[in-house]
Amino acid sequence: MRVSARSISAKAIMADGLALHDVSAGYGETVVLEGVSLGVAAGGTLAVLGRNGVGKTTLLATVLGHTTLHAGRIAFRGQPICRLRPFQRARLGIGYVPQEREIFPSLNVDENLSVAARAGTRWTRERVYELFPSLAVRRRNMGNQLSGGEQQMLAIGRALMGNPSLLLLDEPLEGLAPVIVDTLIAALHRLRQDEGLAIVLVEQHARLALEFAERAVVLDRGRVVYDGASRELLDDPNRLAALIGVG
Amino acid sequence: MHPIDTLLARHRFRAIELLPWLIAVAVYFVFGDYLPLGSQILIMILFALSLDLVLGYAGIVTLGHSAFFGVGAYAAGIYAAHVSGEPLSGLVLAACAAAVVGWLSGLVVLRTTGLTLLMLTLAVTALLAEAANKAGFITGGADGLQGMDIRPIFGLFRFDLFGRTAYLYCLAVLFLAWLFARRLVHSSFGRSLIGIRENTARMHAIGSPVRRRLLTIYTISAALAGVAGALLAQTTQFVGLTVLGFQRSGEIVIMLVFGGIGRLYGAFVGAGIYMIAQDQLAKLEPAFWYFWIGLLLVLLVMFARGGVLGLIDRILRR
Repeated sequence: MRVSARSISAKAIMADGLALHDVSAGYGETVVLEGVSLGVAAGGTLAVLGRNGVGKTTLLATVLGHTTLHAGRIAFRGQPICRLRPFQRARLGIGYVPQEREIFPSLNVDENLSVAARAGTRWTRERVYELFPSLAVRRRNMGNQLSGGEQQMLAIGRALMGNPSLLLLDEPLEGLAPVIVDTLIAALHRLRQDEGLAIVLVEQHARLALEFAERAVVLDRGRVVYDGASRELLDDPNRLAALIGVG
Repeated sequence: MHPIDTLLARHRFRAIELLPWLIAVAVYFVFGDYLPLGSQILIMILFALSLDLVLGYAGIVTLGHSAFFGVGAYAAGIYAAHVSGEPLSGLVLAACAAAVVGWLSGLVVLRTTGLTLLMLTLAVTALLAEAANKAGFITGGADGLQGMDIRPIFGLFRFDLFGRTAYLYCLAVLFLAWLFARRLVHSSFGRSLIGIRENTARMHAIGSPVRRRLLTIYTISAALAGVAGALLAQTTQFVGLTVLGFQRSGEIVIMLVFGGIGRLYGAFVGAGIYMIAQDQLAKLEPAFWYFWIGLLLVLLVMFARGGVLGLIDRILRR
């Protein structure tokens, strides 16, 4: 079941988007990820799956620069980013949508988007409102007055305002009504197809994530135990259940 | 959304924003005997406004803001005593001196957070106070800096014994500073400060250069505090070591808490209440007036955590 580090490393090196090579990282002295290698090509999609506490959020935090990197290399668009500070990584094109959305409650929708805006990029508030029309009507509402679905749309919109070429989403569908989930998935498809965004989707809803992403990585206790096509897991429920405990 | 927050969220000027200025103009005509106190209040409003930018908007908890007030006061005072009594150039010099000290100290202080940051802000103030004490040959040391001769503003408006010119001078400077601060907090930069205050990690993740922005607002705030200090030096023609004291730093925080932190107008309300209460209570209870200030603070913190403006918000929402 466990894939060899060598085969993943090769894939990671080939990736022209994001590439992690033998990464060990954690919080201070505590190591959460061990020898993780994976890659996401430009415009590609990757689902990151695994049980609770296996290191999925830590993986994203490591890409963003919020953890202690103990070993390994991380490259984005062919450039090593291990020494870059979090805001520099964001400016390089890594957008992040956190699990708790973390909308600024004292700012309204317009302002939540504006704080992330960068001059001379293709993303404007109006383009975000085109993607999520329901946000446009709430543009004067404060962040803490939005529903969970609206907050998630705003969190995605805020990440887009930074003009990313890679979007990291940490369980964006958690706790949302099915109709909102459909809206968000449709928006992510649009971002991928129309904008060519690479998307890494960390998700507990394994089937949704696998249906969305071309490739999947399964983590277990901080290590990659599966790295391959999403379709393989969808077609083999027993294997999926063995890897992440659901069918 | 809170009524007052709704008001403040608007970028366009609203009629009610004229209120503090109408009061200030009315004071000039109605309370002519209190203009020296009025000038002190206007100076403290400007000082509190400068603190609100870092404490209220950017979330930098500091107890050392008197450092910049004191640097501005000494810069303007020394300039007036030894170089020129021209007041406006003195203000500019004070702003620059305080900004430089703010920027330099911010480079160190803003690398830290929480209690460490608080201690460092206190340490910077202590260092400057002791430096001013030791450099008595230029600052006057414990005796204070005297011998300033402030020339008429624009060569026309002489500082008079009744404090009329001083009052209008302070009012004009405060108005310009308020216009600047208002524009700043409603700009994208100002909104990003709120983002930093509410979630620093998130601001990092959306590509905001957090430390650079904090240093920028810290420097701007220091410059405004320096202008407030310069106004005090020019209108009283005296600078004592107390301008760099911990008490002044503490008092300005109390004023802001009274009015309401992070609301722009909290500085106006808080400084006004504090200074008038201090004046009146000191007459009634010369030895114990601070007790009543303390009691008022306890009551406000217990029952109106957003200060007086927060209390008004709550009442209007009922």
